[in-house]
Amino acid sequence: MSTEKSTARKIFEWHEQRLPIVSFIDHAVGSQYPAPRNLNYFWNFGSLAGFMLVTMILTGVFLAMNYTPHESMAFDSVERIMRDVNYGWLIRYMHFNGASFFFIAVYIHIFRGLYYGSYKAPREVLWWIGILILLAMMATAFLGYVLPWGQMSFSGATVITNLFSAIPVVGNTIVTLLWGGFAVANPTLNRFFSLHYLLPFVIVGLVFLHIWALHIPGSNNPLGIELTAKDKIPFHPYYTVKDAFGVGVFLLFYFGIVFYAPNLLGDVTNYMKANPLTTPPNVVPEWYFLPYYAILRSIPNKLLGVIAMFGSLLILFVVPWLDTSRIRSAVFRPVYKAFFWVFVVDCLVLGYCGSQHPEGLPLILSRVGTAWYFLHFLILMPVIGWLETPKPLPASISEPVLNPAE
Amino acid sequence: MANTAPAHTAHADGADGETRRDFLLNTTVAAGAVGGALMVWPLIHSMNPAADTLSMSTTEVNTSGIAEGMGITFLWRGKPVFARHRTKAEIEEARKVPMGELKDPQKDEARVQKGHEELLVLVGVCTHLGCVPLGQKVTEPRGEFGGYFCPCHGSMYDTSGRIRKGPAPTNLEVPPYTFLSDTTVRVG
Amino acid sequence: MRKSVLTAIAAFALALPISAMGAEEEIHLPKQTWSFDGVFGKYDKVQLQRGFQVYKEVCASCHSLQYISFRNLEALGYSEGQIKALANEYDIDDGPDEAGDMFKRKGRPADHLPKPYPNDAFARASNGGALPPDLSLMAKAREGGPDYIYNLLLGYEDAPKDMTLADGMNYNKFFPGHQIAMPQQITDGRVTYDDKETPTTAAQISKDVTAFLMWTAEPKLEIRHATGFRVLLYTLFFTILAYLLKRRIWSRIEKH
Repeated sequence: MSTEKSTARKIFEWHEQRLPIVSFIDHAVGSQYPAPRNLNYFWNFGSLAGFMLVTMILTGVFLAMNYTPHESMAFDSVERIMRDVNYGWLIRYMHFNGASFFFIAVYIHIFRGLYYGSYKAPREVLWWIGILILLAMMATAFLGYVLPWGQMSFSGATVITNLFSAIPVVGNTIVTLLWGGFAVANPTLNRFFSLHYLLPFVIVGLVFLHIWALHIPGSNNPLGIELTAKDKIPFHPYYTVKDAFGVGVFLLFYFGIVFYAPNLLGDVTNYMKANPLTTPPNVVPEWYFLPYYAILRSIPNKLLGVIAMFGSLLILFVVPWLDTSRIRSAVFRPVYKAFFWVFVVDCLVLGYCGSQHPEGLPLILSRVGTAWYFLHFLILMPVIGWLETPKPLPASISEPVLNPAE
Repeated sequence: MANTAPAHTAHADGADGETRRDFLLNTTVAAGAVGGALMVWPLIHSMNPAADTLSMSTTEVNTSGIAEGMGITFLWRGKPVFARHRTKAEIEEARKVPMGELKDPQKDEARVQKGHEELLVLVGVCTHLGCVPLGQKVTEPRGEFGGYFCPCHGSMYDTSGRIRKGPAPTNLEVPPYTFLSDTTVRVG
Repeated sequence: MRKSVLTAIAAFALALPISAMGAEEEIHLPKQTWSFDGVFGKYDKVQLQRGFQVYKEVCASCHSLQYISFRNLEALGYSEGQIKALANEYDIDDGPDEAGDMFKRKGRPADHLPKPYPNDAFARASNGGALPPDLSLMAKAREGGPDYIYNLLLGYEDAPKDMTLADGMNYNKFFPGHQIAMPQQITDGRVTYDDKETPTTAAQISKDVTAFLMWTAEPKLEIRHATGFRVLLYTLFFTILAYLLKRRIWSRIEKH
C-alpha cells in the first residue's frame, strides 16, 4: 500500500517538475493563494460567473451538434432539439436560461466591485479586463439570441445591427458588411453562429487574464484596507468550500427556473419562426439588455442615442479615476453608500423603462434615469470623493475599535 | 482568541472532530462528483440517435425492376443496401462452397429468404473499415469470387456476400427485411 | 438632488399600475386550472386524446401541426398498433419513384401529420387572405399560453355597436384588436366523444383541445417536472452538505 502511494507520488512529482500544473492551480485558486479572511457572500459571485461560463460552453457545444445555422432550418432544428434529441429540452433550457443566470452573477459581481471600490488602485487593469469580459458576454448573448431564428431573434438582429448605421458616412456600409446582404438573412445567421461559438473562448482567455491580474494585488475585501498576512487565509479549503456552498444555492434558483419556469425569462414571440415581412408589436431585448435599451431610446437623436448607449458601458473604464475618494469601501463612506443604492435603483428603473413602449411616463423616466446614470459617474463620483469625510478606518480586520463587517 | 494568526495550521479540533469532518468532507466531495457526473450524462446521451432518427429505420423498395444479374442500391439508416437478383449459376456457386473454406462460415440458405433465394439483400458496407464494395453493376470488378470487391483494401466477397479473401473479418451484414409482397421489400 | 431621485422613485412606483392600463388595452384572460400546472403537473392522457379528436375533426382542415409525427401520439396513451392504423388512414406525399413521379402512399408512424395546404400562399388564397397559423407551438407563442387559447375559442361575441368589423372579420373579445379572421369553431356538441360521459359543451371541447395544444408545444413537460424534482432534491442535499462542511472548516477561525 505505502509503496504504491509513493510510486504515485513519484510519478506526480516527475510530472510536476516538467509541467507544474497542479502547483499552478494551487497558487491560482488553491491553498497557496492567501485570501482575506473577511470576504462576505458577495465575493461568491466571481466563481459563480466562472461556473456559469463553463456550463454555457458545455451545453452550447452539445447544442451545436444538433443545431443548423440556416434560415430555413434553424428554427426547426431547435424544435428537433426540444422534441427528438435525447435530453435536448434540458440542454437547451439550461443554455437559454443559463445566459440569464450568467448575467445575474456577473451583474452582482460588478455592483459588488462598485460598492467596495474594487476598481481602485492597484486593481484598475483587473477592472478593465472585467469590463472587456462584460462586453464580450453581451456580444455573445446577442449573437446567441439570434440563432433560434424566431420572430424576436430576427427583430433583435435587425435593430442591433442597425445601431451601426448611426455612424456618420460609413454607417450603412458597415451594416451591409455585418449583414452580408441587404437585410438580416441567411449570411447573417451563418456568421452569427460562427462568432457565437468563437467569443466564449475569447471570454475564457479574458478570464485567465482577469484571475492573473487579481493575483498581483490579491483580492479586495469588504473593509477595503490593505491586509497583513495574519488577516489572510488560504483560498483552499476556506473559499473553495464556501464557493461550493454558493454554487449549490445558486443552482437551486437556476434549476428552479430551468425545470419549472423555463420560458419565464423569454419572449413568447420567439416561439414564432422569423418572418421578414412583420415586426412584433413590442420589440424588446432580453432583460439583461433593458437598461442600455432604455438609454438608447431616451435620446431622440439616433447617433447620440447610440453614443449614450455605448458610453454607458465605456464610462466604466474610467471609473477608477472618476472616483476621487482616498478609501475604497463604501462601508466607510456614508454619502457614497446612499448614492450607490440610488444608482442601483436607477439601473432598475432604466431596466423597467426598457421593457415599455418609449412614450409617456416610461419615456420621461428613462430620460431622468439616463441623466442620472451619467450624473452618478461624471459628477457625483468625483465630487463626493472630494467632499465626503469618511469614517475612521480600522488598521486591520481584528482591530476591535471599529468592525462593521460583522 | 486574541491571537488570530491563521488557525488552520494548528487544529484545535480533537481526533473525534477530525473523523467527523473527514466523513463530511468525503460525503460532500462524493455528492459533488456524482452530481457532476449525472449532469454530464444528458450531454453524452444527446449524441446518441435522436427519436426521429430511430423512427426512420425502415425503407421500402420495389424489387420487380431488377433484371437477373443486376442489383440496386438504396439507403437504409443512412447506409447503402444492396439488393441483387442472382443468376441460377451464382446461387449454385454460393451453395456448393464447403464450409471449411469460409473465414466466417455461414450457409447461403441462412442469408436469403425461403422462396426468394434469388434476392440477396446486404448492407453495402465492407466489414473491414466501412467502404462501399464494388460489384453491384456488371461493369464493376467483382473480385475472384464473383460477388463484391472492396477497392479500399482488396477484400473479396462471394455471391452470397461472404468474405473469402482480404482483411475483412466477417461476411457482409444481412439487414432485417420482410417481403410485403412478391415485389416489395421492407428493410428494417 | 436626492429629492429629485426620490421623486423619480415615487414616479416609478406609480408608473407600474398606470402603464398597465395605459397606451395599449390590456386584455384580461380568466385563468383556468390545468392538470399540467404546478411542480407535479402532468397531462391527463384521456383529455389529450379527446383534444386530439377535436383537432382532427375541427382544426385540422385549416391548421397544421408541423412538428408532430404520428409516432409522437404514443405519449397520449395510444398503442403502437393504434398509431399504425391511424397513420394508415392518411395519404402522404412521397417520391420521386423510379419513373421520377411523385406519388401518394399510406402514412407511417414516422410521418409528420400532413398539412392541410401545400403552401402558405395556397392557405391564404383559401382563407380570404388570412393565414391559419401552425398550432404546434401556439401554447408557448402567445402571452397567457393555454389560457389565451381557451378563452379565444370561447371569446366570440357580437361586435359592440360602435365598432365596424372589416370584411370577413369576426369579433372576439380576447383577440388583440378584437378582429379575428377565424370564425367561431367550437360550439356545444361540435364533436361527439366516444366515452359518452364527458360533456360536449363548448367549454369542455375548448379545454380538451387547449390541453392537447399545450402538449404539442411542450411534449417534454412531464419528464421535465419529474426530473426537476429529483434534481432539486439532490442539489438541496449537496447544498446542505456543503453548508455543514463550510461551517465546520470555518469554525477553525471563527470560534472567537
